[in-house]
Amino acid sequence: MAQKMTDYIVPLLLLLASALALRKKENTYELLLSGAADGLKLLLTLIPALILLLTAVTMLRASGAMEAASAFLAPVFQYFGIPPETAMLVLIRPISGSAALAVGAELMQQYGVDSQIGRTAAIMLGSTETTFYTISVYFGAAGIKKTRYTIPAALIADLTGFLVASLTARL
Amino acid sequence: MVMSWIWTGMIAVSVIAGLFLGTGQELAAAIPQGAQSGINLAISMAGSICLWTGVGKLMEHAGLTGMLSRLLSPLLGKLFPSYRKDRSLACSLSANVCANFLGLGNAATPMGIQAAQRLAQHGNSQIASDELCRLIVLNTASIQLIPANVAAIRTALGCATPFDILPGVWITSICSTGLGLCAAWLLGKVWRRR
Repeated sequence: MAQKMTDYIVPLLLLLASALALRKKENTYELLLSGAADGLKLLLTLIPALILLLTAVTMLRASGAMEAASAFLAPVFQYFGIPPETAMLVLIRPISGSAALAVGAELMQQYGVDSQIGRTAAIMLGSTETTFYTISVYFGAAGIKKTRYTIPAALIADLTGFLVASLTARL
Repeated sequence: MVMSWIWTGMIAVSVIAGLFLGTGQELAAAIPQGAQSGINLAISMAGSICLWTGVGKLMEHAGLTGMLSRLLSPLLGKLFPSYRKDRSLACSLSANVCANFLGLGNAATPMGIQAAQRLAQHGNSQIASDELCRLIVLNTASIQLIPANVAAIRTALGCATPFDILPGVWITSICSTGLGLCAAWLLGKVWRRR
């Protein structure tokens, strides 16, 4: 029987959260139900965006623009060791979360979820954030006009994420 | 408005590429195909997303965020000197980091904004302080225990082991957050407050 430690992370987390909530005399099942209902609402806001953006991304793929852009950017990406096929994802990730989700999903579909490119795309999506959106929300709320070095530092973090994702996809 | 430009840009690039590369037929076929795969993906993700928002709510009420914030408190004290002096900042800051870690995006943002406003008051100006910059970098370089959305997409596309990317995601997050914070620290030394 093939068993890996990572196989137990998610089941154990489920058990831990349920047991801890029960011990605190919380209504575990009701909480899960109302949370899942919130998930449906979240999904409802996500569906229109996914439909529109996957339409646009599929058009980019079918027209040959995606391939042309990858080929054009390939020297830069290969220099950094990032698969050039993920160029579109790298470019859109810091700007729009739902567009990145659509681009990532299309990459996984096109090249296979378990392929090197599919795994790299998944890890990139999982380990980075919508940088520019986050910066504008936080500084906007805090009334900050001069952001100083925040953007370069945040972009260094993103770039590191893309580089390391290309390596850890082989794990 | 940003999304309007992105959308129009993507369509424009596709049409121009179609004209140049002579892929009009494929381009036209892609429109209904793409829309259909959008809804297919959303529906196949639905189960995982609903389950995880449920588990997220459970983790919040089970006191998991509280446990985590006690674990993280020494580290946060080092990163944010005001953390030790200001109780209300400490609360919102650790709630923000913990909610992010557990993937509770809806809970994380309001807490983070509270912490950012509190830090901005400390600085008493419209210029971002070093601590505020660090808070933003911490939030733009996500560290997430379970990236539920990505796992949902992988499941939707027929992956048998959607969670086998977890170690990769963790290593990547730790590297990017670490380097981002180092960069912020270094830049903070040389970037004059103007």
